[in-house]
Amino acid sequence: MAYKYFPHTEADIQAMLARIGVTSLDELFSDVPECIRFRKEYDLPEAKSELEIRELFARLAGSNKQLTCFAGAGVYDHYTPAVIPSIVERSEFLTSYTPYQAEISQGTLHYIFEFQSMMAELTGMAISNASMYDGTTATAEAVLMANAAAKKANKVLVSSTIDPRTLNVILTYAHFHGVEIELINAVDGATDLNDMQARLDAGGVAGVVMQQPNRYGVVEDFTGVADACHAKKAMFVINSVAADLALLRTPGEWGADIAVGDVQSLGVPMSFGGPYAGYMCCTEKLIRKLPGRIVGRTKDTEGRRCFVLTLQAREQHIRREKATSNICSNQSLMALWVTIYMSLMGKQGVKDAAQLSYDGAHYLQEQLLATGRFTATFSRPFFNEFCVDFNGDVDALQKHLIDNGVLGGVKVDANTIMFAVTERRSKEEIDRLVELIKQF
Amino acid sequence: MNNKLYGNLIFELSHPGTCGYSLPNNRFPHHEVPAEMRRANDAELPECDEMTVVRHYTNHSANNFGVNNGFYPLGSCTMKYNPVINEEVAMMPQFQNLHPLQPDYTCQGALEVYYNLQKALCELTGLAEFTINPCAGAHGELTGLMAIRSYHQARGDHKRVKVIVPDSAHGTNPASAAVCGLEIVEVKSTANGLVDVEDLKPLLGDDIAAMMMTNPNTLGLFEKEIPEIAELVHACGGLMYYDGANLNPMLGASRPGDMGFDVMHINLHKTFSTPHGGGGPGSGPVGVRADMVQFLPKPTVKKLDDGSFTLVNDLQDGTYDVTRNHIGAFLGNFAVILRAYTYILTLGRENIKMVGPLATLNANYIKESLKDVYELPIPGVCKHEFVFDGLKDKSTDVTTMDVAKRLLDYGYHAPTIYFPLLFHQSLMIEPTENESKQTIDGFIEVMRKIADEAKNTPELVKTAPHNAPITRVDDVLAAMHPITTYRMIVNDDKQ
Repeated sequence: MAYKYFPHTEADIQAMLARIGVTSLDELFSDVPECIRFRKEYDLPEAKSELEIRELFARLAGSNKQLTCFAGAGVYDHYTPAVIPSIVERSEFLTSYTPYQAEISQGTLHYIFEFQSMMAELTGMAISNASMYDGTTATAEAVLMANAAAKKANKVLVSSTIDPRTLNVILTYAHFHGVEIELINAVDGATDLNDMQARLDAGGVAGVVMQQPNRYGVVEDFTGVADACHAKKAMFVINSVAADLALLRTPGEWGADIAVGDVQSLGVPMSFGGPYAGYMCCTEKLIRKLPGRIVGRTKDTEGRRCFVLTLQAREQHIRREKATSNICSNQSLMALWVTIYMSLMGKQGVKDAAQLSYDGAHYLQEQLLATGRFTATFSRPFFNEFCVDFNGDVDALQKHLIDNGVLGGVKVDANTIMFAVTERRSKEEIDRLVELIKQF
Repeated sequence: MNNKLYGNLIFELSHPGTCGYSLPNNRFPHHEVPAEMRRANDAELPECDEMTVVRHYTNHSANNFGVNNGFYPLGSCTMKYNPVINEEVAMMPQFQNLHPLQPDYTCQGALEVYYNLQKALCELTGLAEFTINPCAGAHGELTGLMAIRSYHQARGDHKRVKVIVPDSAHGTNPASAAVCGLEIVEVKSTANGLVDVEDLKPLLGDDIAAMMMTNPNTLGLFEKEIPEIAELVHACGGLMYYDGANLNPMLGASRPGDMGFDVMHINLHKTFSTPHGGGGPGSGPVGVRADMVQFLPKPTVKKLDDGSFTLVNDLQDGTYDVTRNHIGAFLGNFAVILRAYTYILTLGRENIKMVGPLATLNANYIKESLKDVYELPIPGVCKHEFVFDGLKDKSTDVTTMDVAKRLLDYGYHAPTIYFPLLFHQSLMIEPTENESKQTIDGFIEVMRKIADEAKNTPELVKTAPHNAPITRVDDVLAAMHPITTYRMIVNDDKQ
């Protein structure tokens, strides 16, 4: 019986079998020992028509509660301009693969080159790769990269103000790769730089990893950190929320050797955790140590400028176990997504969106403190996300907010909530959140 | 393809003073980012109006080639049709707007999808439990190898630091093992292209953590001695890892769990039709046998007795350090998971079992139709793909690279070239089950024509492509003098 994804008629099958010289499809599997042939029916539902698929997913989608989002912790509800999905879903981009055949992949190669250029601008670094899976794995790869570059050192210091999920991924990768991880203490929600110095002085440190803004939304002051690291031949790695770099001092300006993070904040939907994309940038001298794809400029035989995957001698398909990483597929389509985002927003737009988020967050914090039910957890500057201590039952408050259609921040401690605001949150939405809290 | 529109970078279209966005008016009191925390100069992003951006990327797309443009026989990549309905589901706002830290009871639909896909993958592979957290195949390999190391370490067996990898393996296998801190031992292939069991035997011992295999292997050949190989590896205390890159032909034919594999990954962007997206996002679910479930990364999704779903972040029995069990922030590439689940439901049990046989039919048909003009190093039945060692007529100096480039002129994507490394002129062809006899006959005709051209007009082939947006690119120049950002172009042009 005909099926929409299979173009073979029975006559086609018979003609093809005859050319091959076998009599049945089953005979094509005669090399599979009978003891491991699968002869049963899969215990799966029967085929669904497209109509039934739509109905099913309407039900599934409908059982997700739609909430006004004030949660962050690494994932932010930024606005996606309408242009982006309409272009990203173009099947010439969507249904192509890694641009190995440069002559018919210039579309992909151009946007990756633009992505690299934009991420280098945003981070203030010289070099960017073509994307990593997400911010957490990009950070773990930076730890391995710093460690691989060090001659003897086999220890990486990580600030305890880094996102706990990122820390878990670092610990996982480091454990299996045999890198020692040491946590740097925090004071008042920021990295204790005296503790960092003491740990650097103890020796054997290949790298130092910090996050900006950190896990509590605090904007940290990294003055002197790069010099302290470089004096001990350690690399300085900064993980940043990409969108915030429109305004914030860049990893390049702080003197970082490697800049990593997630690009989700650049207009990528939250999508329950992915797909996003990690970015990974570095100084010019580290380019050959960078993992992942890199696109470079070249010429065709007629002298036209064109782009091509380059420095592939770093990669697994050439170097196998000696590669800088095992990464093969990355998050290319999400790199396209944020490249279009940055093209539309441009130089001014990324700043305007960041300033709106910044102002909205500061407005919300002031309103919350004014209720008398919250106190600021830390006395530090923040960007679009901040922690407050609540003088009541945090769980009950969050439940009350959800009952009223609001995702009221992320609980980070028994009494502490972290709220995030993006340009998507209007003054009315913020005022309503505060009103709902007052009613509680 | 519109060759005239080839070329610009968005930076070169920038027209300061224009913009391509609109935002609500800022009605909040102004707060200034403290001066010492501000960047000194703006990021030099382009300034363009909206239509300029739309045209630019639309024209970029015209210089690309996807499965929707034509036949894409890229070996080992399983470039199957990416159904449109899958895209519609993945883009539903009720999924897109979900924050990953929402409480369970507000995202039951999403958790149900994740859970049901876990279960479907178990059924299709014969393994006990899956995680769908890994973002790609190589990420899955790493996750699977971590599970294997954890398994041995939890038993107090710390000697097992080696992984056996066939010489025909995908490059990611040894690379993933190295990232996981394991040593690689290579096992040779026989002249028939299969793992040499006699070469394997002396490698086995109490230092072997696992053996990684692709089955069918990268030559498209089924490793028929797999029951014996699995028995040998298990007997020495090692585990069997299945690289699922070539799982497609096994749908309806054989399950890795039944073959004797303990751990595997699947590439949802291959076997389960999610789009490759110019190189990602993919998804690399990892499955394990029942006694290894605790070594899969967290979080995962469980079904409760009342029929609701819950996210599990902690380890149930506390025997294993949770900080060594995370390979990403959340549940992986969730929108990719939505697409794969849609695909499985659309196919259903009655069609999914036809995937492997039809893909295998297509591959064998091409192989048999071309083996008189292209060198088939290993005769016999293949699975979903096969490898030619260049043209049969070795009197021309036309290479596999030339054949690949000439195919572009005829509107086909090239096969995978120079992989596997077992042959000098590897040309690895994989048609999927979605390709019709007509499409394949057209491809066969063109491949034969190129073989004729190689004999009669070799220069035409050696200088191909002629009809692509650009001619052959200079790889060496790119690597010798790396220019990887627009700022570097500007600086380079100044000099």
